[in-house]
Amino acid sequence: MKAAVLQFPGSNCDTDCQAALLSFPGVTAEIVWHKETSLAGYDAVVLPGGFSYGDYLRCGSIARFSPIMGAVREAANGGVLILGICNGFQILCEAGLLPGTLLRNNGLLFRCEHRHLLVENAQTPFTSVLHKGQVLDIPIAHGEGNYFADPETLKQLEANGQILVRYCDASGNVTPGANPNGSLGNIAGICSHGRNVFGLMPHPERVCDPLIGGTDGRGIFQSMIEAVQKAK
Amino acid sequence: MKAVVTVMPKPAILDPAGVATGRAIEHLGLKGVRSVRIGKSIEIEVDGATEAQLHEIANDLLSNPVVEDYKLQILS
Repeated sequence: MKAAVLQFPGSNCDTDCQAALLSFPGVTAEIVWHKETSLAGYDAVVLPGGFSYGDYLRCGSIARFSPIMGAVREAANGGVLILGICNGFQILCEAGLLPGTLLRNNGLLFRCEHRHLLVENAQTPFTSVLHKGQVLDIPIAHGEGNYFADPETLKQLEANGQILVRYCDASGNVTPGANPNGSLGNIAGICSHGRNVFGLMPHPERVCDPLIGGTDGRGIFQSMIEAVQKAK
Repeated sequence: MKAVVTVMPKPAILDPAGVATGRAIEHLGLKGVRSVRIGKSIEIEVDGATEAQLHEIANDLLSNPVVEDYKLQILS
């Protein structure tokens, strides 16, 4: 798999994402500056976390107009795997590549902590090596992760199996107490209707090495790699 | 041309910063706060723009129509 990790001014998880990807055999991962206009030849594109453009105006609202975003849209339409993590998720929502948006956490605090996630749909290119009902331990680090969509959109997300991960407790129960930010339905990550665009607030790249606290993030990248191999 | 774009969270959207500010106002002794909503006011000075172009900018960039409404006022 040949992956591009986009770098916007203010991205700060780009090299973490690159390191996580490079820990898998046979994967190449290149940092691509936001002023580039082509993503030709890449099998996957990662929009990393951070504070693109200082989160000015709204998180992701300015990055969404970066020159590279035309190529991201083209890649998404062409079925290339697009993974948006944290600020990357916010950018994908602002760009309209994923429905809904991410509001200020309901408790107003920036939450930086480990969280449990329930895998809700394991039949996507991002979750295929996981299983439905599996509980992952993946950290979050955000002030605006409160997922919101109108009731009609939410109904469609549920009906189409587009909600891939929800915040849960250690035993996998999706409860209000397990919700760190007020997200509707405890939503932590959703995919597009076509299944090839996935955005989530938690940081799987931060748990890809036992040395730094866990390996529960590896399944998402492994799934992407297998999906790309299968398509070739 | 001088214009002001006012962006506010839609009425149905919870505004946690507004709620917290409302509580702070009560704490300072002003009782009976019914609602506090926090938005943004953006002043633009621009040459040679049309009102339609400003609406486009307000809708595409300055506000997120999923959760916010905007008002455009042309001042001069």
